[in-house]
Amino acid sequence: MCYAIPAKIIEITGDMARVDYGGVMKDVNINLVDNLCVGDFVLIHAGFAIEKLNKKSALESLEIIKRELKNLEDGE
Amino acid sequence: MENKELIQKYLDEIVISAKEIGRDIILMEICGGHTNLIMKYGIRDILPKNIRLISGPGCPVCVSSQYDIDCMIELAYRGIPIATYGDMLRVPGSKYSLDDARAKYGKVFEVYSVQEVLKLKEEYPDIVFFGIGFETTAPMTAFLLKNNVCVYSVHKVVPPAMLALADEDLKVDGFIDPGHVSTIIGRKAYDVVPAPQVIAGFTPERILRAISVLLELIKNNKGVVINGYPEAVSEEGNKNAQDLLEKYFYIADSKWRGLGELPKSGLEVFDDALNAKIKYKDILKDVPEPVKTGCRCGEVLKGLIEPSQCPLYKKVCTPESPVGACMVSEEGGCAIAFRYGKENE
Repeated sequence: MCYAIPAKIIEITGDMARVDYGGVMKDVNINLVDNLCVGDFVLIHAGFAIEKLNKKSALESLEIIKRELKNLEDGE
Repeated sequence: MENKELIQKYLDEIVISAKEIGRDIILMEICGGHTNLIMKYGIRDILPKNIRLISGPGCPVCVSSQYDIDCMIELAYRGIPIATYGDMLRVPGSKYSLDDARAKYGKVFEVYSVQEVLKLKEEYPDIVFFGIGFETTAPMTAFLLKNNVCVYSVHKVVPPAMLALADEDLKVDGFIDPGHVSTIIGRKAYDVVPAPQVIAGFTPERILRAISVLLELIKNNKGVVINGYPEAVSEEGNKNAQDLLEKYFYIADSKWRGLGELPKSGLEVFDDALNAKIKYKDILKDVPEPVKTGCRCGEVLKGLIEPSQCPLYKKVCTPESPVGACMVSEEGGCAIAFRYGKENE
């Protein structure tokens, strides 16, 4: 239930931001994290950004998630 | 370094430390997400014989009491619209689940985000949000309270449960602390628990690294909390989220399935007018305390038994027809054991 997924901010409009989960776009609330900019990587939980990630670790997690998804597709 | 090399490096460290320590060691992971990874990658099986991993009460759905689900069903029966996260719909109350209540009475809504609840409120002004989850999820419920949505809160906070577990018969030598709860509460929130702890992220490498560091702490007799997930967890945590929690909730004693009532372990709605337990107390006063089913969820949640030691496991309790909450949630210990076909002796 406490799953949170890294995503990249594409656009900011007030309290909301459009984020990219490696291909899938979603609008999330960014009220809980201060000073976010387009291009930042954030951790998303239940429709809210809960923390800003440093880019390298976010990319690393995205790679790992992609690997996981590929494993699933390959019928793991 | 490649993941494979990292895994080998951490395993080598673990083997050396385990030998040096010599005695049996029990480590507990608190987060259902960690339990899932540990079972999926067979991490328990590759550890030295004297290092035992057990799963703690890290699934909010699993620790919520049947009584609270019965209360929500009673509200649905009276025609009050209910919204909650999907996991919560399938958990059986004493007679049936919220999913069944939706089929019978309607107006029970599954949401992914509280933003959807705000939309529902336009059509159903008296909607009640069944607020469940640990510190990670509770700020979103606070956001609803800020927007005048009525809430039935079963939100729980993690460190008091760890303190209670540290008091149990089962001696836990160290904890793998949850990742995203820590994002909100920060590293220092765990300092109240006097045991070696490492906050871990959500890959097999990070879990092995946490185990390696934990053994190092145990070996050196250091009851400290190490942040092994610094990219997402800070010392202080998320201040905005903490402020929201403080403004809209107060800390209260709370009932945990299997652990009983734990002091100062729950979040209760501050504003009586938005607290469904108070607003609807006349409806809820006749909801009886549920009778026991023979389900041993409580002992599974405390790490005292493995799922396969429950007499109901895989016999009458399966993911298709769960008896206990641990079989319902994706991250419940029983559902995970069922999914990965692992029966621990």
